[in-house]
Amino acid sequence: MFREEHQIFREAFRRFLDREVTPHMERWEAEGIVPRQVWRTMGEAGFLCPWLPEEYGGSGADFLYSVIIAEELAKAGAVSLMAPLHSDIVAPYLYALGTEEQKMRWLPRCASGEMILAVAMTEPNTGSDLAAIRTRAERDGDFWVINGQKTFISNGILADLVIVACRTGAPDSGAKGLSLICVERDAPGFARGRNLKKMGLHAQDTAELIFDECRVPAENLLGRLHGGFYHLMDHLQQERLMAAVMAQAMAEAMLEMTIHYARGRTAFGRPIAAFQHNAFKIVDMATEVKLGRAFLDRLIGDHLEGKDLVTDVSMAKAWIAEMANRVAYQCVQLHGGYGYMEEYPISRFYRDVRVIPIFAGTTEVMKLIVAKRLGLL
Amino acid sequence: MNFEFPEELKILKEEAYKFAVREFTPVSQECDREEKYPREVWKKACEYGFIGAWIPEEYGGAGAGFLANTIITEQFSRVDMGIGLIMASCFGAENIYLYGTEEQKKEYLPRIASGEIIFAGAYTEPNAGTDVAGIRTRAVRDGDHFVLNGQKMFITNGSICDYFVVFCITHADAPRHKRFSLLIVDAHSPGITRNKIQGKMGIRASDTAEISFEDVRVPVENIVGKEGNGFYQLMDFFNTTRTMVAGQGVGLAQGALDKAAQYVQEREVFGQPLAHFQGVQFQLAEMATRIELARQLTYKAAWQVDQGRIDPKLSAMAKYYAGETAVWVADKALQLHGGYGYIDEYDVQRFYRDAKILEIYEGTKEAEKLTIAKIVLKEYQKG
Ligand SMILES: Cc1cc2nc3c(=O)[nH]c(=O)nc-3n(C[C@H](O)[C@H](O)[C@H](O)COP(=O)(O)OP(=O)(O)OC[C@H]3O[C@@H](n4cnc5c(N)ncnc54)[C@H](O)[C@@H]3O)c2cc1C
Ligand SMILES: Cc1cc2nc3c(=O)[nH]c(=O)nc-3n(C[C@H](O)[C@H](O)[C@H](O)COP(=O)(O)OP(=O)(O)OC[C@H]3O[C@@H](n4cnc5c(N)ncnc54)[C@H](O)[C@@H]3O)c2cc1C
Repeated sequence: MFREEHQIFREAFRRFLDREVTPHMERWEAEGIVPRQVWRTMGEAGFLCPWLPEEYGGSGADFLYSVIIAEELAKAGAVSLMAPLHSDIVAPYLYALGTEEQKMRWLPRCASGEMILAVAMTEPNTGSDLAAIRTRAERDGDFWVINGQKTFISNGILADLVIVACRTGAPDSGAKGLSLICVERDAPGFARGRNLKKMGLHAQDTAELIFDECRVPAENLLGRLHGGFYHLMDHLQQERLMAAVMAQAMAEAMLEMTIHYARGRTAFGRPIAAFQHNAFKIVDMATEVKLGRAFLDRLIGDHLEGKDLVTDVSMAKAWIAEMANRVAYQCVQLHGGYGYMEEYPISRFYRDVRVIPIFAGTTEVMKLIVAKRLGLL
Repeated sequence: MNFEFPEELKILKEEAYKFAVREFTPVSQECDREEKYPREVWKKACEYGFIGAWIPEEYGGAGAGFLANTIITEQFSRVDMGIGLIMASCFGAENIYLYGTEEQKKEYLPRIASGEIIFAGAYTEPNAGTDVAGIRTRAVRDGDHFVLNGQKMFITNGSICDYFVVFCITHADAPRHKRFSLLIVDAHSPGITRNKIQGKMGIRASDTAEISFEDVRVPVENIVGKEGNGFYQLMDFFNTTRTMVAGQGVGLAQGALDKAAQYVQEREVFGQPLAHFQGVQFQLAEMATRIELARQLTYKAAWQVDQGRIDPKLSAMAKYYAGETAVWVADKALQLHGGYGYIDEYDVQRFYRDAKILEIYEGTKEAEKLTIAKIVLKEYQKG
């Protein structure tokens, strides 16, 4: 799948991370956010939305370039810099659903890093059950007036444009009464709540968003009126695939650092990797990591061909996210007391990777989807 | 056979839990965030007689035994295991109880119970953890003193304690397991440098430090037990204190279940409480079952210690299984909270971070499996 030009790109992006990201991660973790400037630098170097056609500021690259960026960020312990969310989860909504005018207005700035994106579905009272969203948008002349609250929104503080899932139908309209509305940074009545303190992804600005009589122009509706739920469903395949990509890359990175550690650390006069129990543990992990990789690569290939993979991607999101957490657990253990110290990257990976079975649809929600598709529920 | 919970332990259990809820909760987030040792809470716990509950009455303690000690630890950990580690302010002094002289017991144990002093047990070194017989710290005899040199790593209470019990080499030329002794070292002696380790994943209210000893002079009468017998004494020590760590695991797991079982009844998804879904119910069932298993094992191991019949296999099983259970249960509890499980506002993420240490310290779970396997094989030895 990956060709030579992909490899060259990967190496270039690695060098970029070594220079612009990794040395600063610790500070950003302490600050709870990454600076805007790193987004600009990424954009200028062509690492944001590389898949966008050139007329919108991208380089018309295939999906594999997006995969490479997500993988390398994850391996570098920089999942908090949620460029993949911006490039491959939110920007595709604008590209697929936007009018020509909207696309010309926003997409070039997304590619340059001047405009950072977020998508706001989750509310304090509903996460898994998207059809229960309550944030309301009412039409008032040439405006939408939005009232409600969102929570756990990635890039929530930095975002210049948020795609907000709103109820435009009657309160009991369920999945049939939702629409997607773009809210820009300076929209009146749009405020940011707390940058939520959390167990991991400390440098990620996961935030609350508050809409209080927030007014946005009527033309900020994205896609069909009342079609929001279905638009979301159409795009979740790629979102979940990207989550699986991150989890897989993290698992690979953890395995590698742990094999390295376990071969170097000695106890009772030999490397701890050489105790049969530990060797078998590592073999089990390596096997699971390989299984994940084989499954994931097939899905990436099929996704490139535009196939409908909802069942398989849901399985992969659930299984790979859980697998990466199993790997994290064994890897911390193999590090002994050092694994419990932030000074060792494995400790942060353990905290960071725990969110993957939760966001982009929980493991249980993935199982609900698969169960329905298998005709079980 | 009698599984009845004695009335006095029932009361103790309730009192300890109430104390923890009242005293820990207000400072819990602050201690976790700022890696702050809860000195006032520790003092108060001493006043209540919770600290060193195993210390016999003749030495100023409650004389309640190790099972009681485990139960207090369990209840503390149910609320906040990091703060609950104030129970370890006597850590190391169990050596004195098990092998110390009458003078040593009189000198140290009462002051622990009353909250005048804090102890630490310094065994691990940068290059020797599981393989504790691989340590290098040496104490060389010089007249009526030992001169101590070496480095210790990951020492609980290391930067706040008044005394260490140090595991060191005194007989360098003896066979591997007969080289060691345990020494009581005044933590304020010249030549000691202590560096608090910042940035732990969890139990951040507990103090952990790196210690270096440079020509530290220790009076010979500070030897605990027999010179050269330190390794065997240390094993007895671990087999005793593992019951406390097992109690931490049971308590943390119980606390995580407490939270999850409440949360799933309050949170509605798809128009009904989360608790209505079978997938959720069965998880709670599995969590509760494992906790009960861990608890029975732990209580029995602690009870054995109180009978004066330390059972190394049982202590190791309890510590290993309770630790693993705590991690497993905390993970499920976090998941049941969805996105809320991941943010600091909800305690369950702290339980998740705290839990993992239980499989690492006081002997990794692999160290415990080594012990168990050895004994199991011995039990089935031919002839
Ligand atoms: C760091 C982070 C970043 C995030 N980023 C974003 C973002 O950018 N945009 C956004 O919109 N959201 C985001 N989220 C929110 C995330 O998608 C939700 O937290 C997630 O979908 C779960 O929703 P919830 O938290 O409301 O949990 P709930 O839906 O309340 O679920 C609680 C638990 O119940 C389980 N459950 C739910 N329904 C069932 C059922 N029928 N049967 C059995 N079990 C069930 C769930 O799996 C979970 O374990 C983020 C969350 C985090 C933590
Ligand atoms: C927060 C904290 C508090 C602590 N408090 C104290 C304290 O108060 N006093 C003290 O002395 N120490 C303390 N420790 C140290 C702790 O006891 C050690 O970290 C632990 O014993 C493991 O040693 P290690 O870190 O050197 O790991 P290692 O011994 O290097 O082990 C690394 C990995 O190899 C495995 N392993 C080692 N040998 C074998 C084998 N033969 N077979 C199979 N697997 C094996 C281990 O289980 C582990 O998974 C503390 C540690 C921490 C993190």
